[in-house]
Amino acid sequence: MTAVRCVDLCKTYRQGEEDIKALDHVSIEIEEGGFVCLSAPSGGGKTTLLNAIGGLDKPDSGEVYVAERRIDNLSKGELAELRLRQIGFVFQAFNLIPVLTARENVEFVMQVQGVPAAERGQKALEILEEVGLKGLEDRRPADMSGGQQQRVAVARAIVSRPALVLADEPTANLDSKTSDGLMELFRELNDHHSTTFVIATHDKRVMSYAKRIVRMLDGRIVEDISQDAV
Amino acid sequence: MNLVLRLAWRNLWRQPRRTWLTTGAMVFSNTLLVFMISLQFGMYGLMINNTLQAYTGHLQIQAPGYIDDQKMRQTVADILPLAERLRAEFPEQSIAARATGFALVSSADRSYGVAVVGVEPGYESRVSTLPGLVSSGRFLEDNDAAEIVIGAALARILRVDVGDELTLLGSGKDGSFAAAVVIIAGIFDSGLPDFDRSFTEIPLGLFDDVFYMNGSGHHVVINNGGISGVADLKTRVEATVPPGEELVVHDWDALQPGLQQTIKADISSAFFMYGILVILVAFSVLNTQLMSVLERTHEFGIVMSLGLTPGRLGRLVLLETAIMGFMGLVLGAILGGLVTWWLSFNGFAYPGMEEMASRFNLPARFYPEVTLISLLSGPVVVFLFTLLAALYPALRLHKLHPVEAMRAV
Repeated sequence: MTAVRCVDLCKTYRQGEEDIKALDHVSIEIEEGGFVCLSAPSGGGKTTLLNAIGGLDKPDSGEVYVAERRIDNLSKGELAELRLRQIGFVFQAFNLIPVLTARENVEFVMQVQGVPAAERGQKALEILEEVGLKGLEDRRPADMSGGQQQRVAVARAIVSRPALVLADEPTANLDSKTSDGLMELFRELNDHHSTTFVIATHDKRVMSYAKRIVRMLDGRIVEDISQDAV
Repeated sequence: MNLVLRLAWRNLWRQPRRTWLTTGAMVFSNTLLVFMISLQFGMYGLMINNTLQAYTGHLQIQAPGYIDDQKMRQTVADILPLAERLRAEFPEQSIAARATGFALVSSADRSYGVAVVGVEPGYESRVSTLPGLVSSGRFLEDNDAAEIVIGAALARILRVDVGDELTLLGSGKDGSFAAAVVIIAGIFDSGLPDFDRSFTEIPLGLFDDVFYMNGSGHHVVINNGGISGVADLKTRVEATVPPGEELVVHDWDALQPGLQQTIKADISSAFFMYGILVILVAFSVLNTQLMSVLERTHEFGIVMSLGLTPGRLGRLVLLETAIMGFMGLVLGAILGGLVTWWLSFNGFAYPGMEEMASRFNLPARFYPEVTLISLLSGPVVVFLFTLLAALYPALRLHKLHPVEAMRAV
């Protein structure tokens, strides 16, 4: 089954007097259980593509499918529901809610999903243990290191076992050891739960974990390398 | 505590100074509203009771049409037996009969036109404060005695004092010439020069003789002690009026339409001021919540990307406002209630307002009246307006685009 399919996506941004082609006729298909790195220099279009796949941004033209469902024509509400139930996001700047503890940050999305209090409390503890944060559940983001915060963000993204996780430069603010730990965690989830990962990065260390690397330049896919070649 | 409630509560304390300032504005306005509304209603109660107890009473039984055109021949027949029957029927209330006429009152040197009211000396003090205002001499005692009480201003005009003789000249009920010589028993001083100049009282028995009333009078006054329960009393009194007799029962609202209008006018102007106060508080809340939303644009972008709808975020902003508003409501109501409660026992006075107060039948000291309505009406309105003010920042979230929001610093 195809987890993600993009057909002829185009997206142009206006920057001052200049039109910037962030996506220039991009087509890509990602199978379920895939572990794909989108690699591009800054402004290459990887984040725009990630946003289009996650329904955060609408392409000017083309079609986007997630789990065989076309999403580029969905309403704001439908897209929010899709993100809530089927997609997990991990951002470069951890982006946790500062006034909530690690456990509450993880629980928050589940509360919105309507998971009963007892169940979400239990799940939050389990997932925090799984990402190596046992004992830090009641700390607030300000009292945690960058790596720990990113692990909370990962826990929040995967706690509901979404079929697809989109990560935008997830290791950009982490040291190499923490980056390795995070990527191993991603691979583990990918291997054990068949969660599809699409990671935007230009970090070679991250790319080394990928099953597939898609290189982009100026909004176009210029190279698509499979696991064997990696 | 529910997680969303916890989040809303903690969000409020991200900027504790700002939250306290906004809540403080609510507490201040709520305290002020509780005090002002309690004072206002306390004053209305006093104003109504003082005015009605001065002369009018809470109910009057009259002949039909007398209220609009007070002609001497529009009388209540056998007024004393009627008053006696009512006193037996309603022992809790104060009841007295009266008759009203006009006469030229003359001393040795001067004459002046006045209203002459015949009253029951033994009962008048229960339905009117006038007997208590006698500052010189005494009030009437005998129902048939040829005596009179006059105001201090009239005494000055006529150059008379207690014990002097006055001559009354007027028209009787049947149009015939009415005349009497009376002794001044007392002089009252109400503080209202117009009233003191033009109002006199004589015993009802004397009035009956002088004005050829044949046992009739013009109204029976009923004092209920307070305005609550007047409507019910009116119904009961109407049922007591002898069948076949054309009599009407008027309540204080009909007898003193100006009183109700004065109160309504005062309420309108006061509520206009309260409205301005509430709007100022609402703008303060609007400012706080707008800043709070703008500061969190990036964070809102993140949670929207996680799947939260703008509607949910808007509800979070409203919940934060509701918590802040509730704190303002509770603290304001408690503080305002305590201050007002203390003043309701000890009272307070506006310096230099004694004269103005006496003109409106108000005492020199004011005692606010704390009721559930005066305690909660202002704070609840402030609470609702703060929620209304938070609607704009909450609705603005619908325009938020997750990607653009996440770019915000």
